[in-house]
Amino acid sequence: MKIHEYQAKALMADRGIAVPAGVVATTVDEAVAAVRPLVEQSGNPVVVVKSQIHAGGRGKGRFKEHPGVGGVNVVLEGIEGGVSATEERVRELAGQMLGSTLVTIQTGPEGKTVNRLYIEQGIDIATELYLSVLLDRASSRNIVMASTEGGTEIEVVADETPELILKEEIDPAFGLLDFQAATIAAGLGLTGDAQRSGMRFLKALTMAAVELDTDLVEINPLVVTSDGQVMALDGKMSFEANALYRHPEVVALRDESEEDSAELAAKEFGLSFIKLDGTIGCMVNGAGLAMSTMDIINHVGGEPANFLDVGGGADKDQIAAAFKIITKDPNVKGIFVNIFGGIMRCDTIAEGVVAAVKEVGLDVPLVVRLEGTNVEIGKRIIDESGLNVVSADDMKDGAVKIVELAK
Amino acid sequence: MSVLVDTNTKVLVQGLGKTGRFHTDKAIAYGTTMVGAVHPSRAGTSEVFTGETDHSGVPNRADTYEVKLPIFRTVSEAVAETGADATVVYVPPPFAADAIMEAADAGVPLIIAITEGIPVSDMVIAKRYLQDRNVRLVGPNCPGVITPRECKIGIMPGYIHTPGRIGVVSRSGTLTYEAVHQLTLNGLGQTTAIGIGGDPVNGTNFVDCLQLFNDDTATEGVIMIGEIGGTAEEEAADWISASMTKPVAGFIAGTSAPPGKRMGHAGAIISGGKGTAEAKIEALQAAGVNVAPTPTDMGSAMLDAMG
Repeated sequence: MKIHEYQAKALMADRGIAVPAGVVATTVDEAVAAVRPLVEQSGNPVVVVKSQIHAGGRGKGRFKEHPGVGGVNVVLEGIEGGVSATEERVRELAGQMLGSTLVTIQTGPEGKTVNRLYIEQGIDIATELYLSVLLDRASSRNIVMASTEGGTEIEVVADETPELILKEEIDPAFGLLDFQAATIAAGLGLTGDAQRSGMRFLKALTMAAVELDTDLVEINPLVVTSDGQVMALDGKMSFEANALYRHPEVVALRDESEEDSAELAAKEFGLSFIKLDGTIGCMVNGAGLAMSTMDIINHVGGEPANFLDVGGGADKDQIAAAFKIITKDPNVKGIFVNIFGGIMRCDTIAEGVVAAVKEVGLDVPLVVRLEGTNVEIGKRIIDESGLNVVSADDMKDGAVKIVELAK
Repeated sequence: MSVLVDTNTKVLVQGLGKTGRFHTDKAIAYGTTMVGAVHPSRAGTSEVFTGETDHSGVPNRADTYEVKLPIFRTVSEAVAETGADATVVYVPPPFAADAIMEAADAGVPLIIAITEGIPVSDMVIAKRYLQDRNVRLVGPNCPGVITPRECKIGIMPGYIHTPGRIGVVSRSGTLTYEAVHQLTLNGLGQTTAIGIGGDPVNGTNFVDCLQLFNDDTATEGVIMIGEIGGTAEEEAADWISASMTKPVAGFIAGTSAPPGKRMGHAGAIISGGKGTAEAKIEALQAAGVNVAPTPTDMGSAMLDAMG
């Protein structure tokens, strides 16, 4: 689960991790009102107005409605014009940004509507660094990853200058040890105050990551201020879905407007659903089979409209819900149901499909491939239903048939 | 011959909720030697399982069964009383990692964790706990392990399996069934099928299973089913190049997975550009693995690999 930058920074601040002061705003007036206290508190006339969306690349992003305006804006007007000049500029920017559509490298061409701004104090930056905490599957441990190449996408660094990436494994029995924090701080070239500040930051951040069950904390850039303080200038946090049950304070930060409505609806019925751009709707049991159903549709020349895993024990209601979600997508030109009934019996599935089709209606072709427990009874139920359903012998046969029918 | 489990395997069950009870019943029907259950508040009592024998399982049994499974307070007690040498974990996600560690502490040599949805950080701790203990964890989030007609531990449908020559190892449940079914239909059959699970932190990996199958005299070939994410398949490819003496077929799910929807932004880079389906397929092919283009071709890919 993702949260906004301002929420991540609040969680960090609560845990003693240095972040710039800032205020979230959902209206132009709130944005303007945030300026004066921030400037008075920091003594710096510069503020930054940052779009809050669940996608990266905001700095380089542009608004559809205002192509001249970026997703993150540093307001310098106050240096000469004082606080009121800052307020005036923030008013103008907030008016352009709020409610407008920000397109970044990660949002896709359709972009995302900006409903919240984060007004943050300006920071006098000496150095930009990179820091993240994430799971390393190979060692089955969290690692700290750091680099002197702050502000650059870490993928690019890994690709072009992998020697500039520092890694330290966190032993879950001990946490990040002092010498490990010191090693990273030294590798980042931190000395004196910055070294002490950096070590404190590292230890607090890794503790927060473990305590909050994050699957990724990424600080890019992590900055050293001109007076030697290490601080999170940006902050991205996402949380491991399986552990959310023990973090109600994190669940409360969920912004459903950032999530796909079909994916949310699916979640309500315990279905795992991801919306894609193709035309063939898929309903499958098991994540691996669902993924390879998409692959096989691709393989025979089609494009999947979604990933949908109904799980190992779906009942009639869940199957009906899955059908509704798939048929709601106007791009869907055909549906492929691919089930290997193990514990879940094919006759149960067939009854569910028939009931769902009768309830929801069906105006696109439907191909059903059933295999496994009670497959003969399942096929008979489909055949005798009087519905316009095509049976398939195996996965490939089903994929070929649905791609052909959906043309 | 087979790997991990056979007719002599004595199995405990941890977690006797709806799922645990259902699959324990299926395992008994298949002929698995279930010897006890662990449930602190029901210790001293027993759970009775009765029903019709699953004749696709262990041969030469009566048509019905009635098994009274004793319930113990702890895994240690259960092991001491029953001599169990394997345990299957159906405990709900919040408590599953602890159940795994308890089994490890009791020295159960084979721990098979079926539970789906265990917090990753719990598994990081569990894996650390298991590090210096001489036990094997299979899973979590896996269908389990089966040696056809000998022992079924987990949630896989028994009847699709048939004794044979191929070792099966897979990260995905339903794709395993798909492969097993095809191997049954084309006559190759299975020695043992191992689901290693789809979670990022798991116990047994591909290399462990390849090693087991390579050393097993009855196994003549191996099919491994992987998917996007992590580098377990790449490591398997390296091991196959260096040490595997038997033919290997494979399949990798996720060639069409959109990159934007993958796990976290920085997640891919640890592996240095590895983790995509293409990279995995390439690595396996370079190691001489016959990679099936679609799941429907897994059985024939294995046949081809056998020559």
